[in-house]
Amino acid sequence: MFTILKKEEIGPKFWRFLIAAPEIARKHRPGQFVMVLIDENGERIPLTLADSDAEAGTITLVVQEVGKTTMQMGALPEGFRLMSVVGPLGAPTHIEKVGTVVCVGGGAGIAPLLPIARGMKAAGNQVISILGGRTRDLVILRAEMEAASHEVIYTTDDGSFGRKGLVTHALTDLIAERGKPDLVVAIGPAIMMKVVSDLTRQHGIKTLVSLNTIMIDGTGMCGGCRVTVGDEAKFVCVDGPEFDGHAVDFDLMMKRLRTYLPEEQLARERYLRAEHTCQALKGVDHA
Amino acid sequence: MPETFAGLPELPKKDRLKIPRHPMPEQAPAERVRNFSEVALGYTPETAIEEAQRCLQCKEQPCVAGCPVGIDIPAFIDLIRRGDFAGAQAKIKETNTLPAICGRVCPQEDQCEQVCVTGKKFKPVAIGRLERFVADWEMASGEVAMPECAPFSGHKVAIVGSGPAGLTCAAELARMGHKVTIFEALHKAGGVLVYGIPEFRLPKAIVDYEIANLERMGVEIRTSFVVGKTATVHELFHEMGYDAIFLGTGAGLPYFLGIPGENYIGVLSANEFLTRVNLMKAYKFPAADTPVRLGRRVAVIGSGNVAMDCLRCAKRLGAEEVICVYRRTRAESPARAEELERAEEEGIDFRWLSAPLEIFGNEEGFVTGMRIQRMELGEPDSSGRRRPVPIAGSEYEIPIDTVIVAVGQGPNPLVTRTTPGLELNRHGCIVVDKETQMSSIPGVFAGGDIVTGAATVILAMGAGKQAAAAIHQWLGKLERGEVSKPWLASPAVA
Ligand SMILES: Cc1cc2nc3c(=O)[nH]c(=O)nc-3n(C[C@H](O)[C@H](O)[C@H](O)COP(=O)(O)OP(=O)(O)OC[C@H]3O[C@@H](n4cnc5c(N)ncnc54)[C@H](O)[C@@H]3O)c2cc1C
Ligand code: SF4
Ligand code: FES
Repeated sequence: MFTILKKEEIGPKFWRFLIAAPEIARKHRPGQFVMVLIDENGERIPLTLADSDAEAGTITLVVQEVGKTTMQMGALPEGFRLMSVVGPLGAPTHIEKVGTVVCVGGGAGIAPLLPIARGMKAAGNQVISILGGRTRDLVILRAEMEAASHEVIYTTDDGSFGRKGLVTHALTDLIAERGKPDLVVAIGPAIMMKVVSDLTRQHGIKTLVSLNTIMIDGTGMCGGCRVTVGDEAKFVCVDGPEFDGHAVDFDLMMKRLRTYLPEEQLARERYLRAEHTCQALKGVDHA
Repeated sequence: MPETFAGLPELPKKDRLKIPRHPMPEQAPAERVRNFSEVALGYTPETAIEEAQRCLQCKEQPCVAGCPVGIDIPAFIDLIRRGDFAGAQAKIKETNTLPAICGRVCPQEDQCEQVCVTGKKFKPVAIGRLERFVADWEMASGEVAMPECAPFSGHKVAIVGSGPAGLTCAAELARMGHKVTIFEALHKAGGVLVYGIPEFRLPKAIVDYEIANLERMGVEIRTSFVVGKTATVHELFHEMGYDAIFLGTGAGLPYFLGIPGENYIGVLSANEFLTRVNLMKAYKFPAADTPVRLGRRVAVIGSGNVAMDCLRCAKRLGAEEVICVYRRTRAESPARAEELERAEEEGIDFRWLSAPLEIFGNEEGFVTGMRIQRMELGEPDSSGRRRPVPIAGSEYEIPIDTVIVAVGQGPNPLVTRTTPGLELNRHGCIVVDKETQMSSIPGVFAGGDIVTGAATVILAMGAGKQAAAAIHQWLGKLERGEVSKPWLASPAVA
């Protein structure tokens, strides 16, 4: 169990993993996530489920290399057995027919958005997706998202693909041109979810966001993932990961995400140094 | 063959009383605050035999009554005196499956040793230390007496949670010939024994050793499996084919204080702190990937065993000032006397009669300080302890970098919420029959902290054992067709 069956690069430093996890595959609903631990000395990180196949007994995870653990994942070979994959955790997205749903995705957030868009479409909604990234290659899963939506609008910061600008620009225009959608689902970097929520609040459009805080257990036993929603402290791993975007205190959440910044940098540098030495040693061997 | 010891003769009672209680060899405080190795080093065989000589072999055996699982204490102590350590270990194992653990973490001063007759005039016999000694001796000898398991009964039992309650229940059921699977949410089995109690109090190698023994008895351990998420109780019965279920999911939900500033960076629950340090080995960062950052000044709120563990871990991680903030006085502190003393020796700054009012932070969201209110003791409350009341105008502020909240834990609702028909009390704990540990759902049993709220290792073990006996009976009834597996209405997705 938890063996990497297939690994492919779907963008620069973006990896898609197919992992054997039959029990998780059977229970997975859109919006849920897993906690992954590579090995004995690793850290437990939350990864949202991008897909699952109950019959084949597999789950799909999409990982962007940002820190030590995700870089290490990017270097794992097919056939590697992860020490632990726990899930499916968190509450599933409430999928029902509401009318028009706009799915806004940025960066790695497009992966968890995929099953939600697919579910929303299957439930009979008109699904319009707005997907953004810094540059063309960073807008991942385009074919999959096109199949899961009725329409996809792309934005890139550098204008290399779709319209130049941010997802919020596209959303503003969409609302101006076609009126208010019934629901917005936004998943991406915290700042993106914050600006989308600020925008939709002005228009009074119900907005769901999926939060990706620091987590340890993912089962409600540490409180490390807590955020303020409305006036209440909520545990993202069990009460979420989805919340009403208009009620989330994003400023606090973004501060809390920076808790271990120096340690993350140290770990990353140490890992890269070790990788480098490793490569150098290999070079010597061949000589 | 393990070494054999000559033992010592039985002394006249008055001479036994003349022998002073043997102190536990320990790492010196100045040295131990710089490492995570075990503090108490254990008796030598010679000391153990001499300590065993102190026991009066009382007929009334108050110590046995004081032990929550009723270990035959005078009998095992007498075997130690004779130098028969293997016999002593076998005697303990008749009633207690995890002696190396209990010998280290049980509050003997409130149990067997509290009522020890020798202790009336002198210091009680060091029952816990002797229990630990024989268990360690067996482990070191490499010759573990495995209990006989009855032939396979044809029944499968699922145990949810691998803390002391689950481990004990599993061992008992395996002995009775049932096929047992333990489902554990974390990636490592042991419950609080691995994620909560630190290495310097309970080396993880001991827990691993006990768990390996359980596997040798044929118990299957499925880690990374969250019941209520990966599969529900209903599915365990009807899709995975289990005939009975024991819930030993503990009290893992951290409580916070509800005071302003609790979401600043640097305020963490005791569970988060201890999980990072113990389970994820943050004390080895960056060699282990999980970090924990404390800064120079750490305050721990609360004064139970959990708080002691946090204080002492913080000290070992290099915090310069480690402060314990507690509303009541030392006398009311629920921590074990031994742990409190050790914490004091290690230089923890105890602020008794102090209640936190508010936590301050800076622009970036990091904790900078805390406002504390001085208290005094008033009238006794419902728990019989004198209630702390604020002293007006006594507030003061201290600079602080990290606040660890250790004010208690409640039951985690992951299982209970997804098990329709399970009766809970107002605290969210599972209601069970006192005799059988059976819940409101026939065939579903529960025990340990999930029933009692945060309690002790030995009480959890006792409950696991009691449940095992009742599960065995239930399986008999199932076989005779007197009962059937429960069908739980609409097993929810959570
Ligand atoms: C830091 C600390 C120090 C302590 N010190 C002492 C001491 O010195 N002496 C003493 O006697 N007692 C002590 N205690 C208390 C003692 O550890 C507990 O009373 C005891 O461990 C309870 O045992 P349990 O089996 O009920 O639960 P736990 O040990 O809590 O184990 C429950 C297990 O169930 C798992 N679980 C929960 N939900 C699920 C699910 N849905 N699916 C699968 N698995 C699940 C959890 O991950 C956990 O591993 C301490 C507690 C703490 C936290
Ligand atoms: S009460 Fe104390 S002296 Fe008496 S039998 Fe028990 S341990 Fe020995
Ligand atoms: S990750 Fe620990 S409570 Fe959410």
